[in-house]
Amino acid sequence: MSEHSLTVSSSEEDLKNVAFTTRLEDFVNWGRKNSLWPLPFGTACCAIEYMATVGSHYDISRFGAEVVRFSPRQADCLLVLGTVVEKMGPILKQIYDQMLEPKWVMAVGVCASSGGFYRAYHVMQGIDNIIPVDVYVPGCPPTPEGIIYGLLKLQEKITKGGIVRARDRYKIAR
Amino acid sequence: MQETDIKLLANTLPNLPENIQSQILSVEEFKGETTLIICKEGLRTVIQFLKGDPHCRFDVMMDLFAMDYLNYEIAQPERFAVVYYLVSLFQTRRIRIKVFLSEEDPTVDSIHDLYKAANWFEREAWDLYGILFNEHPNLTRILCHSDFVGHPLRKDYPSDQYQRLKTAIPSEGL
Repeated sequence: MSEHSLTVSSSEEDLKNVAFTTRLEDFVNWGRKNSLWPLPFGTACCAIEYMATVGSHYDISRFGAEVVRFSPRQADCLLVLGTVVEKMGPILKQIYDQMLEPKWVMAVGVCASSGGFYRAYHVMQGIDNIIPVDVYVPGCPPTPEGIIYGLLKLQEKITKGGIVRARDRYKIAR
Repeated sequence: MQETDIKLLANTLPNLPENIQSQILSVEEFKGETTLIICKEGLRTVIQFLKGDPHCRFDVMMDLFAMDYLNYEIAQPERFAVVYYLVSLFQTRRIRIKVFLSEEDPTVDSIHDLYKAANWFEREAWDLYGILFNEHPNLTRILCHSDFVGHPLRKDYPSDQYQRLKTAIPSEGL
């Protein structure tokens, strides 16, 4: 072999070529943000936009969040895509409670964020009335680019976040 | 009935027997469709006749809904009305039947045994407007959740009065 022979060296200079040091927190969060397992709670047209986001054209797998699960036990990112009526509230809360830590929530579209144009007796005025929300995506419905931007914002948040459980991050109200 | 109403009735629904005519308070014609305004005591008699008479044969109930005329610009006989849309496939025509109900006693006979479809429509009218249907087999809420208090489509229901459902409703007994 040539002069670039694989010799094991303990010198600090050589070690920098093969490894780097970081904090555990940063390492764990780096892993988490790049492998989000979304659970789509689709109740309206935002869910259709999400289907486009997962599809090959927009391809959310570029951001490591393509393994869509339909069981809260297997997911860590709850996507609320659409209008949540008051009658649906306890069901959404139950699904959120069933998800294991660590978990995050994205409210996609104005209905999930604030009730949207349903300013009436039957629609919950934002899912943050019952569960904590990490990212709000505006739009009616948001474009796939919007959902991807929301995901990037969530990744940013996870990077900065630290290893903290959702129930410690938020005081879950009501 | 006024003189003009009797004339109109003779053109649109000829040969009505006397006991049916006596239940009709007035007749309206708009764009080729007839509306009969009848007293609430005679509702079942009139609908039974319209359904069973071999010349009428209004055998399909298209719609049944309530109305709240509180603060309505044009004066109405009473606050509430229940409107029935019947269709005759035999005559290929529609007819509207309207019953006015007072605020103190919003009660009318159920027609669930004449038209099966009326069952859930009457539950809806009760849920949203508080119209009571005599002898209905299951007059319970159909759209609002089980903890809901009041009737949200009444004009005096505050549009921003949200009512939170604490626990999910059991799926049986819907």
